Amino acid sequence: MNLVLAKNISKSYCAGDVEVQAIKNVDFAIEPASFVSFVGPSGSGKSTLLNMIGCLDHPSSGTLEVVGTNIKDLDRKSAARFRGENIGFIFQDFNLIPVLTVEENIEYPLLMVQDWTAAKRQQRIKELLEQVDISAQAKKYPHQLSGGQKQRVAVARALATHAKLILADEPTANLDHDTAYRIIDLMKKMRDDYQSTFIFSTHDPKIMDAAEIIYTLEDGTLSKQSGSGNHE
Amino acid sequence: MNKILKIAARNLLRYQRRTLLTTLLITIGVTAMLLFISTSGSFKAMMVGQITDSMLGHFQIHQKGYVSSIDSLPLTMNMKPHMVDKVETMLSERKDIEAWSPRVKLGAMFSNFAETTNIRLNGVDPEKEVEACPELPKRIIAGNKEKLFERGTILIPELIAKGLKVNPGDSVVLVATNKDGSVNGINFVVQGVLEGISGPGGRDGYMHIDDARELLRMENDEISEIAVRLKDPASLNQVIKEFDSNMAQLKNQQGKAVLEVHGWDKLSPFANIANMIDMMTLFIKIMLVSIVLISVMNVMIMAVYERIREIGTISAMGTQPGTILKLFITEGLLLGIFGALIGSLISVAIVFFLQQAEFSFSFGRQSGLVLYPELAIKDIFIASIMVIVVAVLASLQPAWKASRMDPITALRHV
Repeated sequence: MNLVLAKNISKSYCAGDVEVQAIKNVDFAIEPASFVSFVGPSGSGKSTLLNMIGCLDHPSSGTLEVVGTNIKDLDRKSAARFRGENIGFIFQDFNLIPVLTVEENIEYPLLMVQDWTAAKRQQRIKELLEQVDISAQAKKYPHQLSGGQKQRVAVARALATHAKLILADEPTANLDHDTAYRIIDLMKKMRDDYQSTFIFSTHDPKIMDAAEIIYTLEDGTLSKQSGSGNHE
Repeated sequence: MNKILKIAARNLLRYQRRTLLTTLLITIGVTAMLLFISTSGSFKAMMVGQITDSMLGHFQIHQKGYVSSIDSLPLTMNMKPHMVDKVETMLSERKDIEAWSPRVKLGAMFSNFAETTNIRLNGVDPEKEVEACPELPKRIIAGNKEKLFERGTILIPELIAKGLKVNPGDSVVLVATNKDGSVNGINFVVQGVLEGISGPGGRDGYMHIDDARELLRMENDEISEIAVRLKDPASLNQVIKEFDSNMAQLKNQQGKAVLEVHGWDKLSPFANIANMIDMMTLFIKIMLVSIVLISVMNVMIMAVYERIREIGTISAMGTQPGTILKLFITEGLLLGIFGALIGSLISVAIVFFLQQAEFSFSFGRQSGLVLYPELAIKDIFIASIMVIVVAVLASLQPAWKASRMDPITALRHV
């Protein structure tokens, strides 16, 4: 079964009086435990596509199924519940909650979205802190961390609920090259360890090479190519 | 709920200066309101106490129509002895009545044998009057303070004593017209001088009820009014209501009710001042509500605006709109709780200080009145609940806006 299945999806929106077609009749399928990259220049529709896969937006036409659910069937509340159960997000600006410590940020979806028991939460947090190698920073607040450390926390937070699908919109854009590669390596390792599917967008050619499947977006149309799966 | 409380509290601490200023505003509002309530309440209670305990009693019973003609002290509208007996039986059967005092009220000419003036007098039984108005003896500013008066003596108001240069022990003559129109005069000795107080009857003299009847040549034991003292003044309205319905059964030959009951507030103009104090308290409460509403709403609008991306993030992660709503409302709730708590504590401390300091003030012709503010738990509770509810209401709109925010728009916000 495909984890994500898009059939002839399009997305248009109005910018003032002008209708802009961001995605045009796109088809693609992503299997579980894939490591996929959407690449393309700014304005090519990468973020729009990720937003739709992340159930934050609906296609204007066509069918988009995520984890077996047609996202058009989801209203505001059920979409939130669906995201909480199935999807993790990694953001370009890390988007950690500034008033929470590292471990509390990782705990947030377990506590506020899924309501895990305290013992289970603590066990999961400990495991993730070790996996992303930030145990020493567990009690620190986001402003006390470097960019790379923040993104590691974001990766751990996205994985906390055993999400089947992790979406990362330009996860390395605010990092230097070395840190960016380490984050991509970490994401891949997490994919291997937890069998979650990672879909990320980038316009950095070296980063996109790390993907096993690369979809290239240009003016809202999509083409597929196989990646090398490494960035060396 | 704990998790929401924790995050809300930390969000408030994130903007310490703003939170501090808002809490300070609420605190000042709560303190100002509670201090006003306690001091104005003290003033009101003191004045009401003075009026009821030294002059009017808590309520009075008259023949119907007497109060509307009270300026002329009509002797033709006195209560007949058989009615008095029935009323006294009713009063004695009630457990909430502490005491009552029958009075004969009259107007007379007062002469020191050199000058003459008008005087209004209450003919009372001294023992019953002191039971109904226990503060009356404290108004004696000259003369024998141990004993109210006895037959053949009178207490005169301060104004007449000064105006006619009459002192305790002096002989005076009182001349009164009875209800048949004949005139009678009797010599009396001045027993003491009474301090004047605000309100009707505050400048009346006192004499023995038997002397009053003798002066008026009354053939039977009529009285003008009965002043009643309650055990619990707070039950006044209830007691009056019950008395009104009981006395409606006392009818004349035409089948009409003959007696009526008036609370002190219907007899004294100070009730209007008391109402004004209540009105001012209401305005202060409205001001407090406005302060809390505007300050909390301002803070919450700013909080939502500054955290749009954060709202987008938690929304994308699957946080339900209801949880986001609760998160922001809880911030408003905490601001309200802390403001109310600190304001209440400061108010209690200031009221305690004022009680210890015993500041005195003047009101009208009265000076040396001691301010003794008291803060009831009920007032603190009402003020706190009011502030907390308003703080929550003020947070509703910004919180609703945050919970309805489109995650994509929120995440794109710079």
